[in-house]
Amino acid sequence: MDFQPTEDQKDLRAGVRDLLAGRYGREALRASLDTGTAVDRGLWRELGAAGFFALRLPESEGGVGLGLPEAVLVFEEAGRALVPGPLVATHLAAGVVPGAAAGTAVVSAFDLGGRLVAHLGEADAVLGASAVPAGEPVRSVDPLTPLHRVASYGGGGDGNGRSVGDCSAFREAGALLTAALQLGSALRTVELAVRYAGEREQFGQPIGAFQAVKHLCAGMLVRAEVARTAVYAAAVTQDPGEVAAAKLLADGAAVGNARDCLQVHGGMGFTWEADVHLHLKRAWVRSEQWRTAGEAEELLAQELLGSAG
Amino acid sequence: MDLTYTEEEQDFRARLRAWLAKVLPELPARPSPDDWPGRRAYDLGWQRRLYEAGYAGLHWPVDAGGRGATPTQHLIFLEETERAGAPYVGANFVGLLHAGPTIAAEGTAAQRARWLPPVLRGDEVWCQGFSEPDAGSDLASLRTRAVRDGDDYVISGSKIWTSHAEVADWCELLVRTDPDAPKHRGITWLAMPMDAPGVTVRPLRTLAGSTEFAEMFLDDVRVPVADRVGAENDGWRVTMVTLSFERGTAFVGEVVACRRTLGELARTAKANGRWDDPVLRRRLGRLYGEFGALWRLTQWNVSEAGRSAGGVPGIGGSVFKLAYSHARQELYDTAAEVLGAQSLSLEEEWTLDRLSSLSYTIAAGTSQIQRNIVAERILGLPKGR
Ligand SMILES: Cc1cc2nc3c(=O)[nH]c(=O)nc-3n(C[C@H](O)[C@H](O)[C@H](O)COP(=O)(O)OP(=O)(O)OC[C@H]3O[C@@H](n4cnc5c(N)ncnc54)[C@H](O)[C@@H]3O)c2cc1C
Repeated sequence: MDFQPTEDQKDLRAGVRDLLAGRYGREALRASLDTGTAVDRGLWRELGAAGFFALRLPESEGGVGLGLPEAVLVFEEAGRALVPGPLVATHLAAGVVPGAAAGTAVVSAFDLGGRLVAHLGEADAVLGASAVPAGEPVRSVDPLTPLHRVASYGGGGDGNGRSVGDCSAFREAGALLTAALQLGSALRTVELAVRYAGEREQFGQPIGAFQAVKHLCAGMLVRAEVARTAVYAAAVTQDPGEVAAAKLLADGAAVGNARDCLQVHGGMGFTWEADVHLHLKRAWVRSEQWRTAGEAEELLAQELLGSAG
Repeated sequence: MDLTYTEEEQDFRARLRAWLAKVLPELPARPSPDDWPGRRAYDLGWQRRLYEAGYAGLHWPVDAGGRGATPTQHLIFLEETERAGAPYVGANFVGLLHAGPTIAAEGTAAQRARWLPPVLRGDEVWCQGFSEPDAGSDLASLRTRAVRDGDDYVISGSKIWTSHAEVADWCELLVRTDPDAPKHRGITWLAMPMDAPGVTVRPLRTLAGSTEFAEMFLDDVRVPVADRVGAENDGWRVTMVTLSFERGTAFVGEVVACRRTLGELARTAKANGRWDDPVLRRRLGRLYGEFGALWRLTQWNVSEAGRSAGGVPGIGGSVFKLAYSHARQELYDTAAEVLGAQSLSLEEEWTLDRLSSLSYTIAAGTSQIQRNIVAERILGLPKGR
């Protein structure tokens, strides 16, 4: 047992981090916000060329032939950089929808409860539907996750009033990769908070010297580290209970850390200028994708009841 | 990222499991917390069995009398003993988990030979005399004095919250040897026999009603200079080694026990109808997920330690301690919700455990202190003025 990333895995993560820092750094993020471009087709193709979507496709089918642990590390980086677009759905569609693997197609999914679909306007296909359905635009809380309301959602519900279309086969991997995005965001907001706390001065010293601020930051790190081990472990074991726990803890870490990061930023945190609100809003969106907290908790409760102890 | 075990490790696990299945059924119940001498005898008896079966000091270095096992084997040991419901280290806690490892890391050959075998064999119990009435979180402000007199130190002062002091043979004691030096520089780490003239132990009652810790009064107690571990006035550095062992590995096995407890709790809830409450049910599900993640966190930390040299656990132990101590309290508060008014009965095991869970965010460094450590030493935030 050696539950640390291998050198190859660390290199892969570092490579993706560099790629995203160069191609989708802060200026690119702010520019897409100004222009309202959620999916940049050029970036999408570059991600495709780098193997982002074809990562888990077998080499015999033109993929990279890696596994979920590697995919999780790569998605963690995308979450850290706040890359918008249906990354998870397009990744899941590689090998299923033509062009998805190469990043020439943008694929969304029925991964939200109710009748809302993300990125419908930009989608070439929707996972689980034979054709892209028509939909009415809905103003979205996350400026870089446009939402549409569709009339019908292409498949049966799961008995809880949630529709998953034909996406159920993708649900585990979808939940786990979404959790990885959440994890990246949670780790990033710790960094943002710590950096600001070291720079911003009040009462003649950096605010990070105040214990109330320190303790917020320490709490953020603890949340992120617990979520990190849950996400990595679930990627290794692919156990449904561990995937549910990973999603649950990563959702909590992303939302909780973004909130605390916003608090550390004070009034600045409440402005459009700071990036914190973008992390928080995206974290809210992802919390509704593939598996909500309530669903994860119910699944875990059933597993607990059946556990030998 | 690999969570599979090697053949050798699986073999080790299988042999341990078979041994536990053989010896545990013969074991009587542990005496109650009112009977500390009884508990001491019980805990040392268990230690003796481990020793005879070759499981004592598994993770200690071979030249300290240990088995030199890998951190992973130690983890398997903790996992399997907890899973099988074997006794925990109990009264032997300090000796096995932090005084022993500190002496193994910092002591002379003679000191190792004198003190380590009796700990491993289950002959001697250690306690920890660090905290004082006016020096808890601010441990370095301790005032108990030790003055050189020939080949002895003469010690006077008092200690508090000393766990198992009543039944201990030795104490890892922090004393001030240079009152004029800056507070971290004048401290020395000594091994003090608990039966030395001038040592008075006065039990303190915990809120759970037991006397698991005590006050200790030291009046001109003589300890040979030879029983000092590390250099004079270098005790703070030695203390950091002790504390990293305490926070790094001491709670690992308990996570497995908490998962087992949660399973029992779920079945109790099913039986008494509380399971139908979705809020409570989901809370139990969430805790199950959290403790699963905490178990993975121990595997993560152990893997990290396995890659680093030295074997002294890193400060990641503070992250674990913070997450674990709060989750444990939540677990027993949830147990009380499952039990309803029955949770008011002290005959209920869960009630006693709920009471004792209150100490987890205080002992071995409070949550506030752990957060300071995480913020300053891991995140690099500035020290306050
Ligand atoms: C069950 C149990 C067993 C113990 N066993 C032992 C033992 O065997 N040997 C031993 O030496 N000690 C032992 N202790 C003592 C333990 O280490 C101390 O209780 C602990 O370090 C806290 O010190 P204190 O009790 O003096 O609290 P204080 O330091 O007085 O703290 C009181 C409150 O103030 C807060 N506080 C203090 N300083 C700060 C700060 N800088 N920033 C923010 N908040 C702060 C604390 O977090 C706490 O909430 C034990 C304690 C318990 C509960």
